[in-house]
Amino acid sequence: MNDEFSFNLWRYDGTPGELIPLLQSAQNHFGYIPRRAINYVSAVTGIPESEVYGVITFYSQFRLQPMGKYVVRACNGTACHVSGAEMIIETVQDELGVEVGGTTEDGLFTLNTVACIGCCSLAPVIMINEDTHGSLTPASVRKIIRRYRRNERASNKKMAAGR
Amino acid sequence: MKKIIVGMATCGLSAGAKETYDKLEEIRLDNKESFELLQTGCMGMCYLEPMVEVRESENRILYSKVTPQLAGKIFREHILNGRAIEENIACTIASDGTVSGPEAEFLKLQNRIVLRNCGFIDPESIEEYKTVNGYRAITKALFEMKPDGIIEEIKDSGLRGRGGAGFPTGLKWSFAAGSKGDVKYVVCNADEGDPGAFMDRSVLEGDPHSVLEGMIICGRAIGASSGFIYCRAEYPLAIHRLNIAIESAREKGYLGKNILDSGFNFDVEIKQGAGAFVCGEETALFASIEGQRGMPRIRPPFPAQKGLWQRPTNNNNVETYANIPWIILNGSAEYARYGTEKSRGTKVFALAGRVRRGGLAEVEMGTTIGDLVLKIGGGIKDGGKFKAVQMGGPSGGCIPADLSDTPVDFESIPATGAIMGSGGMVVLDESTCMVEMAKFFLHFTQEESCGKCTFCRIGTLRLLETLTRITNGEGKEEDIEKLELWGKKIKESSLCGLGQTAPNPVLTTIKYYRDEYQAHINEKRCPAGSCNPLVDFYIDSEKCTGCTLCAKNCPVDAIRGNPKEKHVIDNSICVKCGKCITSCQFGAIYKS
Repeated sequence: MNDEFSFNLWRYDGTPGELIPLLQSAQNHFGYIPRRAINYVSAVTGIPESEVYGVITFYSQFRLQPMGKYVVRACNGTACHVSGAEMIIETVQDELGVEVGGTTEDGLFTLNTVACIGCCSLAPVIMINEDTHGSLTPASVRKIIRRYRRNERASNKKMAAGR
Repeated sequence: MKKIIVGMATCGLSAGAKETYDKLEEIRLDNKESFELLQTGCMGMCYLEPMVEVRESENRILYSKVTPQLAGKIFREHILNGRAIEENIACTIASDGTVSGPEAEFLKLQNRIVLRNCGFIDPESIEEYKTVNGYRAITKALFEMKPDGIIEEIKDSGLRGRGGAGFPTGLKWSFAAGSKGDVKYVVCNADEGDPGAFMDRSVLEGDPHSVLEGMIICGRAIGASSGFIYCRAEYPLAIHRLNIAIESAREKGYLGKNILDSGFNFDVEIKQGAGAFVCGEETALFASIEGQRGMPRIRPPFPAQKGLWQRPTNNNNVETYANIPWIILNGSAEYARYGTEKSRGTKVFALAGRVRRGGLAEVEMGTTIGDLVLKIGGGIKDGGKFKAVQMGGPSGGCIPADLSDTPVDFESIPATGAIMGSGGMVVLDESTCMVEMAKFFLHFTQEESCGKCTFCRIGTLRLLETLTRITNGEGKEEDIEKLELWGKKIKESSLCGLGQTAPNPVLTTIKYYRDEYQAHINEKRCPAGSCNPLVDFYIDSEKCTGCTLCAKNCPVDAIRGNPKEKHVIDNSICVKCGKCITSCQFGAIYKS
């Protein structure tokens, strides 16, 4: 009972409307919603697994697959769109070698698009985990992603050397 | 003591406000705390973030684009030596409210009621909210007014719902108040889903207490004792600040049991959305709070009779609630002085896109589109030409520059075929293709359609397919008529606002830009030079360095050139995939 998800399952008292918060805490805990989390939620709430699955697939926030270490969220809001977001998204796809929704083979990056981050005056914008990068061009977005890759390699080396 | 105030809303933070704040905090501690360092929400001038204000008694000086380095300079010159750094000042606000300085134009035409505290107070401090008359309206509503009186006051103010539909708020409240039932709910819709709109986010991040106060007053008026705020999960900072606001309001006795010893109980809970545009529709929003798929329900029964959990419910959006305390405190007559005959008060717009000054502007209803875009927004950036504004997001439409003397209110905007919407205003210039714009929105609504109504589910897909064909240069003569016919049918046959408005982007662009559709279909030409399959690609020989990257990325070997020499694209071979543009490091490739 030392994580939020287990705690919320334990605390569940039949209050209606708790399904989505439970799924949100499952995703916070696992990084996605694994099969066994659906089993737990269904068993505790009495909501059929099929219905739980239906709710998961309805909302874009929920994922049934694990995500990469860095989640790249490319903004495709209206303001970004008119400032060339499509070209930025294509560049990121090309740089990572995955389509939107995919995760790189090394498990480092997942690429998603979002409807609007709300930084419209910095368009076009991407978010990598919690950091926002704005006023992008195809060249600058490539540089940013390569920087993440380089830092990752450097910290791996350091860790290996530390051992 | 002078105060330094840093704008710390999402827009400021993504421009680097946190680094600036940390630097200032370091300076403050190093210098025996010779100034006060505070944070505030969005000042509205997103294009100048990160912004820092130096406040001395009532005088406010706003600096733009403050890097940690400039922050140090502000401390040395302005705080220590009392000399403001003229070249970095965006504007100055004197104690009597007069604005001057290079960016003063942005603020001059505004009337700030909803944004009265945004960018002025610390959103995480209930004490600061109280210094600007915070929670005085609820005291008045509890002890000096009866529930009927509150509803009458809101009715008289002429306030209409700011979520887009513009339904009179007072009337809505009277329905919920008139419904029988011991349990009623107040719901705040903070699921701001329109791409290009960020007004509600800024209000929640900059002044969460005013939204809470508005909800408490509504609870008192309709006889409800609990409220829900349904907020997008994509707004973590807004949720964080709402949580702080709710906690401190409970501590001070403005929320919870027996508020201010009046015997009135009211509490608020936050529900996080899970990413579904349709949940902005109120019945779908209720379904989502109840833990189900967010699908709209048939009306009647209306939410005022059977809403959340089948109980009488009043639902308004963030901006509507933020107006309430001001109206209660200043009176309906004062509020009704602003705006037009049928659309009273002010409206917040999120200016974005190709406009020079992007940000939040609150103007009186009836201000013209031209004033918003050209005066407040400062016109088009990079010397472009103003073509149109897109209002109301994916449910809205495009209004061409010719109609820029159209006043923004609930009558004039729908007359153009667009909708008021929640206030997103995306400015377009000549480089935007209107057919492509319509396709972009249809792509969005088609994905977000919940699938309940056939016309919305299948119809939006057919519209999208047709638009895709047209932008690929495969359009047929009869396509325009088909788009119009299907658009009309989708509007007529959908249950909720999403389907009823989804064809608007197509219908308005056909209405005003039929020639662009015809150029795509008949001449296989994109007048804006934007649709890849219909344009040619060229390499700017000034910028090309001969790095060969584009040639390596070209899938059909259409690019010729030796290393370190200028490259050329053979447009007879080119398949218009655009890979060269995304691979070029020097921005040397352009379309025409």
